[in-house]
Amino acid sequence: MSLTIKHLIGLHGVPSDDIQTILDTAKTFREVLERPIKKVPTLQGKTIVNLFYEDSTRTRISFELAEKRLSADTINFSKSGSSTKKGETFKDTIRNIEAMKVDMIVVRHESAGVPQFLTRISKASIINAGDGRHEHPTQALLDMYSIRERLGKLKGLKICVIGDIAHSRVALSNIFGLQTMGAQVSVCGPLTMIPQNIESLGVKIYTDISKAISENDVLNVLRIQLERKAGTSIPTLREYHNYFGITAERIEKNNKDILILHPGPINRGVEITSEVADGPYQIILDQVTNGVAIRMSVLYLLGTRQ
Amino acid sequence: MKILLKNLNLLNPEQKINHESDLLIEDGKIIELGSNITSIDSQTKTFDFTGMYCVPGLVDMHVHLREPGREDEETIETGSNAAAGGGFTEIACMPNTNPAIDSAEVVKLIKDKAKNHLVNVHPIGAVSVNRAGEGLSPIAELVDAGAVAFSDDGVAVKTSALLKSAMEYCLMFDKTIIDHCEEICFSDGAMNEGFISTLLGLPPLPSVSEDLIVARDILMAEYTGGKIHIAHISSKKSVELVRNAKGKGIKVTAEATPHHFTLTDDVLKNYDTNFKMSPPLRTEEDVQAIISGLKDGTIDCIASDHAPHSVEEKEMEFIYAPNGILGLETELALCLNELVSKNHLTLDDLVLKLSINPRKILNLPIPKFETNELANLTIFDPEKIWTVDVSKFKSKSKNSPFDKRLLKGASVAVINNSKMFFENKFTDI
Ligand SMILES: [Zn+2]
Repeated sequence: MSLTIKHLIGLHGVPSDDIQTILDTAKTFREVLERPIKKVPTLQGKTIVNLFYEDSTRTRISFELAEKRLSADTINFSKSGSSTKKGETFKDTIRNIEAMKVDMIVVRHESAGVPQFLTRISKASIINAGDGRHEHPTQALLDMYSIRERLGKLKGLKICVIGDIAHSRVALSNIFGLQTMGAQVSVCGPLTMIPQNIESLGVKIYTDISKAISENDVLNVLRIQLERKAGTSIPTLREYHNYFGITAERIEKNNKDILILHPGPINRGVEITSEVADGPYQIILDQVTNGVAIRMSVLYLLGTRQ
Repeated sequence: MKILLKNLNLLNPEQKINHESDLLIEDGKIIELGSNITSIDSQTKTFDFTGMYCVPGLVDMHVHLREPGREDEETIETGSNAAAGGGFTEIACMPNTNPAIDSAEVVKLIKDKAKNHLVNVHPIGAVSVNRAGEGLSPIAELVDAGAVAFSDDGVAVKTSALLKSAMEYCLMFDKTIIDHCEEICFSDGAMNEGFISTLLGLPPLPSVSEDLIVARDILMAEYTGGKIHIAHISSKKSVELVRNAKGKGIKVTAEATPHHFTLTDDVLKNYDTNFKMSPPLRTEEDVQAIISGLKDGTIDCIASDHAPHSVEEKEMEFIYAPNGILGLETELALCLNELVSKNHLTLDDLVLKLSINPRKILNLPIPKFETNELANLTIFDPEKIWTVDVSKFKSKSKNSPFDKRLLKGASVAVINNSKMFFENKFTDI
C-alpha cells in the first residue's frame, strides 16, 4: 500500500485510505517494538533531519527513536525563536540542509505554516511535528491508533478534546483525522480557550465537564499551561481544575466506561488528578509506545514512496 | 516647449467637466483647451490619446517610502517612480521612517530629495516624538516645514490623552490626525480572527481591535471638534461607526485600500506572507461593507498603504514576517477592476476617491483644467489588459500579492511639475 500524500503537513484533507494505511502499518511496527531486536533495515541509506525550532523533548525523542529503529541516518538541528534574529534566515537554513541531500525533514516550529512553506522550498518529504497552534498530525494518528487498539474501532465513537483548544495543535489534527474516520469530535473548555467558529468544523462545544464526560466515549485531555499573559484565558490553575479537571469522582459519577488519553506531559492536579492519570481509565503510556510505531509507519510510508 | 494631447476624455467632477477635448501644454502649464487648437508650431509634440481619460493627477495619501532608514527597501526616488508608474502625481508619506518624521529636519530632507521629481511628496509628521506615544512632536515646526497631516501610523495614537492633545493642537493649523486603528493589546495576532484563523492555527487579531479605536477616535473628534482620518478602514463595524459619525456631522474621514476591497482572509490558506498586512484581510462581509462605504461616501478616498519590505524579511516564518504589501503600481487597476467594472463606482466617483477627496483631506490645491493652470494630470486607459509582473515594478521591493494577476485598466501617462512620464520614461516638457 502506498500513500497518496507526499508530505504529512496535517490531517486536514488526508483521505481515509491513507489514514487507514498509516494505522495498519503502525500495527506491524508495534509488533516489531515487542521483539528483542527492535530494528529493521527499511530506511537504510535515507537521511532524515529533525528540525526543531521549538523545544519538545518528547516528540523529538519519539521521532529519533522511530528513525533509528528504521535504520535511517539522522541529523538533529535545534534552534529556538526567529531564525532571522540570529542572522541566518529560515530559508537559508533550509537551503543549507537541502544541499546535504536529505530525504526527509521532520519539523517543529512556533509559527503555523512553516511545514507548508518547507514543501515549497525543499525537495525533501516534509513531516510536521507541530506548527504553531495549527496541526500535529502524528500526535493525532497515535491518538487514533491508541483508541482503535483499545475500543476496536473509530467509526461512530464520540471523542471530546478538553482544554486550551485555541492554543493547541493537537485539537485540530484530532478533529480532522477522527472526523475523516467517521468519529464525532467535540471540544470542552472555558470559552476563552475555544477558537472562533470552531463549530463550523462540525464540532460541538461543551463548557460543562460532567456533561462532556457523560456524553462521550473518549476524552483527550490537553495539558494546561498558564500562558505568558497569565490570567487572560483562565484566572488560576486552581479554578481550571475545579471546573474542568478530570477527577475520579467526576468519572465515576458520569461515565465509568470512559477512555482517557493525554498527549503529555501531564500537569498533575491541574487538567487531571494523579489518581486518574495513573488509574484504570487511561492509556497514557500506551500512547507513548504507540507514538514510536506511528512515527515509524509515517516515516516508512513516506520514505519508501515511489 | 509645447505638447499637444489630443482626443482626451477630460474628467474633473470638481469642475463638472466630462467631455472630449484636446489640451495644449506649454512649459508645464495648460495654455489651451478645446477641439480646435491651432496655436501649435512645428516643434509641438503631439500625442493621440483617443479612448483615454484625463483626470486631475491622482493622489495616494498613504505611502511608506522607507527613506530615511531603510533605503534597501525603498527610497524617495524609487517610491516616487513607482507612484508615477501607477498613475499618481502626488503622494503623502508616512512618518514611520528611521529617524521618524518628527522634526523639521526630516521633513526638509524628504522635500529636498523629492523636489526635482514629477511626483509631489508630502510628508506626514509623527504625532508623537519617535512615534513612541509619549510627548507630542513639534507639530507647529513640522507644519511650517511642510507636513500635511499627522499620524503615528504603524500603531494607533497610543493613549486617549495624547490623541486629545494632538487633535486640539492640530485645530490651530486645520490639520488632520490620521490614525492606524488597532488596539495595541491585541497586536500579537497575525491574521483576522475567524474561521480561517482557527483553520490555519495562526494567532488571531479580532476586528473589534480596529473598531474600538475607530470609536475612540470618533468620540474624540466630536469632543474636541478636531479632524480625524481613519487610515485603511477594513471592518464592517468600523464602516458603520464612520457612517453614523458622519451623519452627526463629526469631522471624520476614511480611506480604504485596494486589498481590503479585493481580497478576503481565505487567500491566506497557503501561508503566503505577501498577504500579511495590518489591518489584516478580513471576511467577504467586510469586503462588501467597504464597497458599500465607498459607494455611499462613508469612505472618502482610496489609498494603497504601499509598504515595501525586503524579500528576506517577507520570506520569514508567517508569525515573524512584517506586515505590509506594495500598492502604488496596482492600485488604479484594482480600483477599475473591482469598483468601476463591477459598477460599484462611476469614473466620476473614482476620480473623487483617488484625486479630489484626498486633496481636500490634506488641504492640497485641486488641479483644474483651465488655461494658465499647472498641468497636474493623469491619463489612463480603462480598457488596457495587462498582467502584473513584480519584476518590472519601479518599486525597490517586490512584495505584492497581485503578482501574475490579470488586470484591466492602466495608467498611460502622468504630467506634473513640467515633467511627463510616458512609455516608461520621464521627459521634461
Ligand atoms: Zn497603518
